[in-house]
Amino acid sequence: MMKFKTFFAFVAPSVFMMVLFIALPLVSVFIQSFQITQPVMQQMEVETCTPGFITQTCVTEIKTIPTIGEDGKVITTTEWVGFESYRNVLQMDKVWEAVASGNVKDILQIDFWKALRFTLMFTLLTLPLVIGVGLLIALTVNNAAKAVRGPVIFISLLPFIITPVIGSLSIYWLFVGDGILTAMMERWTGTNISMFAQAWTIELLMYFYRVWHVAPFAFIIFYAGLQTVNMDTLESAVIDGASRWERLRHVIIPHLMPLIVFIALIHLMDCYRVFEEIIGFRSQAHVISLQWLTFDFLTPDDAGNRAIARASASAMLTMIGIVFLLILPLRRTWRDHKGSAH
Amino acid sequence: MMLKKLALAGVISLMGTSAFAACSYQNETEVKMLSAGFEAWKAVTDAMAECGNFQAELDQEFRTKQPAAFEASPSLYHLGGVSNGTITPLLNAGTIRPLDDLVAKYGQNLTPNQLIRIDGKVMAVAMMVNTQHLMYRSDILADLGIETPTSWSEIYLAAAKIKEAGVMDYPLGATMKSGWNLAQEFVNMYPGHGGTFFNDDNTTAVNSDAGLKALGTLKAGLPFMDPEVLVSDSTYVQQQFQQGKIAMANLWASRAGAMNDEAESQVVGKVAMAAAPTAMVGGAPATTLWWDGIVVAANITDAEADAAFRLAMEGIDTDMVTANNDAAIWLVNGFVPGPLSQGAIATATANPAPPAYPSTTQMGLLHTALGNEIPAYLTGERDAAATLVAIEEAYTTAAKEAGVLQ
Repeated sequence: MMKFKTFFAFVAPSVFMMVLFIALPLVSVFIQSFQITQPVMQQMEVETCTPGFITQTCVTEIKTIPTIGEDGKVITTTEWVGFESYRNVLQMDKVWEAVASGNVKDILQIDFWKALRFTLMFTLLTLPLVIGVGLLIALTVNNAAKAVRGPVIFISLLPFIITPVIGSLSIYWLFVGDGILTAMMERWTGTNISMFAQAWTIELLMYFYRVWHVAPFAFIIFYAGLQTVNMDTLESAVIDGASRWERLRHVIIPHLMPLIVFIALIHLMDCYRVFEEIIGFRSQAHVISLQWLTFDFLTPDDAGNRAIARASASAMLTMIGIVFLLILPLRRTWRDHKGSAH
Repeated sequence: MMLKKLALAGVISLMGTSAFAACSYQNETEVKMLSAGFEAWKAVTDAMAECGNFQAELDQEFRTKQPAAFEASPSLYHLGGVSNGTITPLLNAGTIRPLDDLVAKYGQNLTPNQLIRIDGKVMAVAMMVNTQHLMYRSDILADLGIETPTSWSEIYLAAAKIKEAGVMDYPLGATMKSGWNLAQEFVNMYPGHGGTFFNDDNTTAVNSDAGLKALGTLKAGLPFMDPEVLVSDSTYVQQQFQQGKIAMANLWASRAGAMNDEAESQVVGKVAMAAAPTAMVGGAPATTLWWDGIVVAANITDAEADAAFRLAMEGIDTDMVTANNDAAIWLVNGFVPGPLSQGAIATATANPAPPAYPSTTQMGLLHTALGNEIPAYLTGERDAAATLVAIEEAYTTAAKEAGVLQ
């Protein structure tokens, strides 16, 4: 056993960083989700003159404007509002209304639920695809001739190197309007194709892009895992007449299981924060995600307003969602961990 | 938004400090400016750079950066380029200074029309007006014997004719990108139908008959537009024009110059400008009037403000306008209205005239609510009445949070 002092010396810097950059901001967001900070507004009669092409138009109107204090800064008040911001984000009254009236689909017109629907579907559908495709590439590379392995690994890893925003923009440009790929598809099918005109094609492109982008990560982990498969077990399986599929099913996959759980954990965490695809594909009219919703609340409008309280509430809800998603795989690792200790 | 940021990272131009003879004096104080990134700002900042010691940042994300940058003490920029939409947060936070004394000292060439007075004090100096107006392919309309449309119903009739004649599948372009752009389309259309945005108590009045009509007019155009119109912003529409894919659009006057840019456009000389179409008989053109101009930061020394303002006046002088006459609808002395500016001038001088875009906190909130809620109507997920209710609710929640509604 390492001495506690040594252990502490090693761990302290990273604990400090985690507290500073993760725990403290989280506490701050948590607190802000229960508060509303707003400027003290006053009503004032203001004359505003704006140019026409030849002469000015002046209008006098009552304007609601923030009060500026003696220090030259806008006076603000901060109030505790309980769960109000959560209510504003979740809009449960409308949800119950929709359930009561039988129009359950109406729930998806509320931003949060619309975003949750997509985020969950996106996360859960891409998970098996990423693991499956990753495993497939790993097995293929593992069985490939030694001479070509290096180049094949390099090429397979390329999608993972691309910055997500750039990657999603590239896909957008390839498919939008008369993008190269859309034009090609139009030539083959002879019909006009608009990939960004309806939700399902956009979502399809998003699934495709995410799997393309993340599968190399799963691949490289699985490939490393495959190097440690017990050769004796595999050989005896061959002697026992096990088919390729049976060897995969009963020897390789059980051996890779901890890695599969690891990739599932990372993927669930990453995917639940899906954001780049929404921005890159400009899909806001059809598809939004929870992370985008938080971003949208935080983006100031032309008048400088940003909905910090609702953004905080939405961020907390996103975090709660991730925790729920992670409980299952985490429980499994915990059980395995306890099991191996005995 | 990220997209714009990326595209403009390349455009952000940091100009050198070398002095050229074109400037009438040598600027000795360091001056920095943050503004939007379109052609007119490029012309103005280039002219200012000739005096030396000047750095301009042209960034379409200026609207998110400016309020925080001007709130710093000292302010990160001395000058800001704003419009009547984006001046609001600076006014609200008191981070820009009154310019009356500086105008008296250096503003001999300014016309009264350029002085943006708020509560009697000059808070900005306008250099150009901007508005969305009708741009159309004069050759196509002439071939088919279509008169220049003056109202939205005429536009849709013309679009139907062009489609029928097989000239184009989608003759109409529109800046309907979900979010700010789409909201702006409604902000144009709604007053055109006689609507007012707010009641006296700061609640919104969009849930009205005019609101229903405005939504209806917007949706009536969809059959004539590219099915992907909900991702199309000003630049996209401009390119559709340049590539000869569309015949008509209600587009920003600041984009008119690009139609005759030999390097980009395949339709040089074929795009004409007319007043923004009306939405109802006897109504104002369904658009809003905008101005772009220069503000000076409050959190800088008086000497710096003096130097910055003097430099700004050099940037928006007659020489600059003469050299860049077609880059904008300039308000500066010496501007010669050419064919490209006919549409904007006809729009601004129409009777009744379209309203100016309101510079208020409420308008910012409503704009966001419109941009988030209208897409569901255009995609068919929700009907017009439910959409107006949703807009009203979204605005009310945001307005309560921002303190403008109790």
